[in-house]
Amino acid sequence: MSPLSFDLQLLNACAALLLLLSFSMLSQRRIVNLVNLLALQGALLCAATLLVAWRTGQGHLYLSAALTLALKVIGLPLLLHRLIRRLNVYWDAEPVINTSGTMLIGLLVVVFSFGLAQPISALASTATRSTLGIAIAVILLSFLTMITRRKAMSQVVAFLSMENGLFFGAMSATYGMPMVVELGVALDVLVAMLVLGVFFFQIREQFDSLDLHHLESLKEGE
Amino acid sequence: MDVSFSYLNACLAVLLAWGAIGLAGMIRPRSLGIAARTLFPLGALCGIALAVLAVLSIATPAERAVLPLGLPDLPFHVRRDPLASVFLALLGAASAGISIFSTGYFRKGEGALPGLLCLEYHVFLASMGLVLLADDAYAFMVAWETMALSSYFLVTTQHRIPEIRSAGFLYLLIAHVGAISILLSFGVMQGGSWQFTFDAMRAAHLSPGWATVAFGLAMFGFGAKAGLVPLHVWLPEAHPAAPSPVSALMSGVMLKTAVYGVLRVSFDLLGTPQWWWGLVALGLGLLSAFYGVIFAAVQTDMKRLLAWSSIENVGVIFTGVGLTIVFHGSGMGALAALALIATLYHCLNHAFMKSVLFLGTGSVLHATGERNLGRLGGLIHRMPWVAWLTLIGVLAIAGLPPLNGFVSEWLLLQAFLFAGDVPRTFVNMLLPVGAAVVALCTALAGYVMVKFFGVIFLGQPREAALAGAHDAGLVERLGLLWLALGCVGLGLFPVQVIETLDVVARDLLKLPAGRWGGDWWLLAPAAARHAAYGPLALFGVTLIVVALAGLGVRAVYRRRVRRGPAWDCGFVRLDARMQDTAEGFGQPIRHVFEPFFQMVRELPTPFDFAPRYRVTVGDRLWTLLYLPLGATVRWTADRVARLQQGRIATYLLYSFVTLIALLALVL
Amino acid sequence: MSTLGAITQLLEIVCALLAAPAFLGWVNQCRAWLQNKRAPSVLQPYYGLRKLFHKDVVLAENASSLFRLAPYIVFGTMVAAAAIIPSMGTGLPLSMAADGIALVGLLATARVFLSLAAMDVGTAFGTLGARREMMVGFLAEPALLMVLFVAAMISKTTSLPLIAEGLTTRALGLYPSLAFTAVAFTMVLLAENARIPVDNPATHLELTMIHEAMLLEYSGRHLAMMEWAAALKLFNYACIGFALFIPWGTSTEASGPQGLLLAVPVLFAKLAVAGGGLALIETLSAKLRVFRAPEFLATAFLLAVLGLLVHLLLGD
Repeated sequence: MSPLSFDLQLLNACAALLLLLSFSMLSQRRIVNLVNLLALQGALLCAATLLVAWRTGQGHLYLSAALTLALKVIGLPLLLHRLIRRLNVYWDAEPVINTSGTMLIGLLVVVFSFGLAQPISALASTATRSTLGIAIAVILLSFLTMITRRKAMSQVVAFLSMENGLFFGAMSATYGMPMVVELGVALDVLVAMLVLGVFFFQIREQFDSLDLHHLESLKEGE
Repeated sequence: MDVSFSYLNACLAVLLAWGAIGLAGMIRPRSLGIAARTLFPLGALCGIALAVLAVLSIATPAERAVLPLGLPDLPFHVRRDPLASVFLALLGAASAGISIFSTGYFRKGEGALPGLLCLEYHVFLASMGLVLLADDAYAFMVAWETMALSSYFLVTTQHRIPEIRSAGFLYLLIAHVGAISILLSFGVMQGGSWQFTFDAMRAAHLSPGWATVAFGLAMFGFGAKAGLVPLHVWLPEAHPAAPSPVSALMSGVMLKTAVYGVLRVSFDLLGTPQWWWGLVALGLGLLSAFYGVIFAAVQTDMKRLLAWSSIENVGVIFTGVGLTIVFHGSGMGALAALALIATLYHCLNHAFMKSVLFLGTGSVLHATGERNLGRLGGLIHRMPWVAWLTLIGVLAIAGLPPLNGFVSEWLLLQAFLFAGDVPRTFVNMLLPVGAAVVALCTALAGYVMVKFFGVIFLGQPREAALAGAHDAGLVERLGLLWLALGCVGLGLFPVQVIETLDVVARDLLKLPAGRWGGDWWLLAPAAARHAAYGPLALFGVTLIVVALAGLGVRAVYRRRVRRGPAWDCGFVRLDARMQDTAEGFGQPIRHVFEPFFQMVRELPTPFDFAPRYRVTVGDRLWTLLYLPLGATVRWTADRVARLQQGRIATYLLYSFVTLIALLALVL
Repeated sequence: MSTLGAITQLLEIVCALLAAPAFLGWVNQCRAWLQNKRAPSVLQPYYGLRKLFHKDVVLAENASSLFRLAPYIVFGTMVAAAAIIPSMGTGLPLSMAADGIALVGLLATARVFLSLAAMDVGTAFGTLGARREMMVGFLAEPALLMVLFVAAMISKTTSLPLIAEGLTTRALGLYPSLAFTAVAFTMVLLAENARIPVDNPATHLELTMIHEAMLLEYSGRHLAMMEWAAALKLFNYACIGFALFIPWGTSTEASGPQGLLLAVPVLFAKLAVAGGGLALIETLSAKLRVFRAPEFLATAFLLAVLGLLVHLLLGD
């Protein structure tokens, strides 16, 4: 007999899929696909939020699900796709470490975050606590994605995915952040995205490329 | 000393006989007839006797004795308990096969005199036996050092070759660094009583900190002997240098004495090990297993390849040791027993399969004079006996059912699989990753062994000279057959072996006596009722199907079988150099695990008329760890050398100052 | 050992022997359809086998007895593997003697003999094929083992029939870890059976071939046995997948002879769907460069390990 109720199982499945998506992002080298994966991640997040909202009956979670849908599934990916077209960056360069190596490090990161989450989730009172480890893993994996990428574009995508992980973590540990915080974060992400968009254009104007190693030449004394 | 029959006395008598055989060789040291053809078979008989005695004695309680040897007031204490019996059985059975093989192997005019070789060989055997029986630090260290020295002389049999001398030196150096560490470990374990019998160490109560220090020192010392990464560097140097029977003995048996040492120290002398020591052993074991196997895959010298494969197997064994400690320290007795049985089983297996392989390479070496895989090939036609017997060893070490390598792999994986309830979260998460590494290493071992066998024995001969290769002689075949049969027997009858090992595990881990589950043909660990493996049935069914398929096809098939030139997609000018080389076969591994290797490539340019391609694979640890270490030692030595002025007066001054200082200290 | 168990056992072996080429034919047919080609008959593999059994064997001059023995060993191990996998019923007497780990070992034995045989004649293509086969194998084998481990951890057993039974008798639930392993398993299946994206079963004379390169020197009855074994291997892998992920419809000790009668059409239905799915994957993906294959398989391996970790974390 499976001891978990069906909606919890669904939530676990969502969490696992989020992790799977994080790994696909880690190994994906086409930026277009990376953005699509991000959108998919947003959709999963939205579904998970809806599930938790329905389960706990907390109204504000519906609102945040709607926000996720609007911003992370539709808004940002559209914006990113437009940026990709206008900037004409479809492929990331060969990653810093090869794919298998990155995945292996990713695996160790997962082991670490799962181990880290277990004592914390033992303290948490929410039913969704077992997914906390996955949330931490998603955050760290996105971090890893950022480290291993060369193009500014993919780093931004990874950054957004990290935000998704944070959001998911907050939801699984405490049933979501207060609405004010959530709105603030959403606004931050939006603004950050716009600012970064402007930056992209500036970087390209300056260096004719979005490859970040050109920025290294900005270092003082050279 | 009590002279009535006891297993302990009988075992000691066998060791004594080995010593006597060795000395007998010195009567006429130049005579190959006496040394090799007469004394080595006698040594083999002693080995069989030892194995029989040890097997019979496993289930009997421990016996002890005091030998009137050694210094006054410091006699040798000896003790035989189930753990020692297992390793004695391993020593006896494996060395019997190797001794038989050696009878036909050693030739005239190769390095050391036959009589000397006979002495070193048998002293080596006897000292390994004494290591297993020793019950005080003094006897242990004497035996351990004798073992190291005799094996050093055996390694440098052909001491006129500079490479062999330097390989021997490296071996001796690491062996001694290890021995010092073991000695220090004993020093810690006596716990202030200043009694160096093992009984005193068992009785000593060490604080957890000191116990950890003792364990760490023992791990370092025995790890150096076993070839754990990063103390593995001597293995790939010493094995190619040594004569093949010696390589077999060192790899098959001597490495196991180090495993015995770790088990003895952690479970017996230190009482109950702390669980996290297990993680150390586990981590080092997994690292060695992985490191060893990927380096084995890229070797081009057949004995070097086997040496790296030994590092892998030692890694697997230490993984088992680590798992045992983790389980034991977490109070999971049944699982600890399972892991320990897997460990001991793998020790036995490795002794047989690695001996087969090393002896096989010995025969190839004698027949062709080549160790380089790039100059071998097609030997299955010239040396069918060696080829087919080696194939058994190859399949066994690749972990394929129904042979013995698979059984220990199966047990180890079962132990990993049912580890889910270790009461520590991080360990819980890490253990499955460990299982994954073990699985990966086993699969890679298959890769290595296909390369080993395929390049040496299959395909076309890569050199014209190979056409004159001859098969091994009758006695050599007999030795190989003995060991190969061991592989098959250990593979097909695991339950009988495990029931015996179970006694050892329960004795060592201080678990209540119980019965191993399963029928005589079906292996089913008590800790995991829902897992079973019946090699006889599996093998039987597969054999029946193969036979039926063969006979059935022959019965209905009405067409001819004829011989023709190889097709190779219609390519006509096929020659032996178009086959994959050993370098080529290792290429995927070099590609996938590139960061681990230090590669120097020489690539031809498009304009070369005689293009040469060359890749040498080096060990990163050598440059990262050993060379700086060596440089530091040299630097320090240079500084110390400044004390050497060469004037008598200065030296007298040193003595004077020392004397004064000591007197001041005493006052 | 019950009579029903023995009957199931025999039925499974016979069914695997007879249906394996048809399954291969079905996959090829689906693939042709999907690619808008005229499809060969489902029975095409049988015609191929019959043709080969009616041809002379031409052995290379320096082929050893290992070369002649290997087809039977490979075939034999594949049949033994088919006997272990609970494709129709779970009451198999033989599967008591060999659990999931032994199954992986059996498959590895077949691979080793196949590779050794390919190296025996000493041609350029043969040795190349052997090397690549082992390259695929050294990652695919641990990946498969890890996939089995997840299922074994969920069911607390490594015995395949018990895993299958455990999954059918429990309440229907979502197992996120199984989702990971299912993806990993599919990747292993593709790689081990020389399908696109790792190898292309339809071509010869390509520098990237793996499986076909190893069979180049075989002819006549030996080639027939090898081809049959390859079909059996695909069939076996499909059945492993059914046993681990969709075991519903297999007969158990309790369900009696009727269950067994029902299990046969259920198995064929599953095979039909799986064959279609396989053809679809093959049509949608492009062949990878050989050096991407380790990456592909490393992903499979890591996914399987990840499945194991997820199982431990979520405790499903």
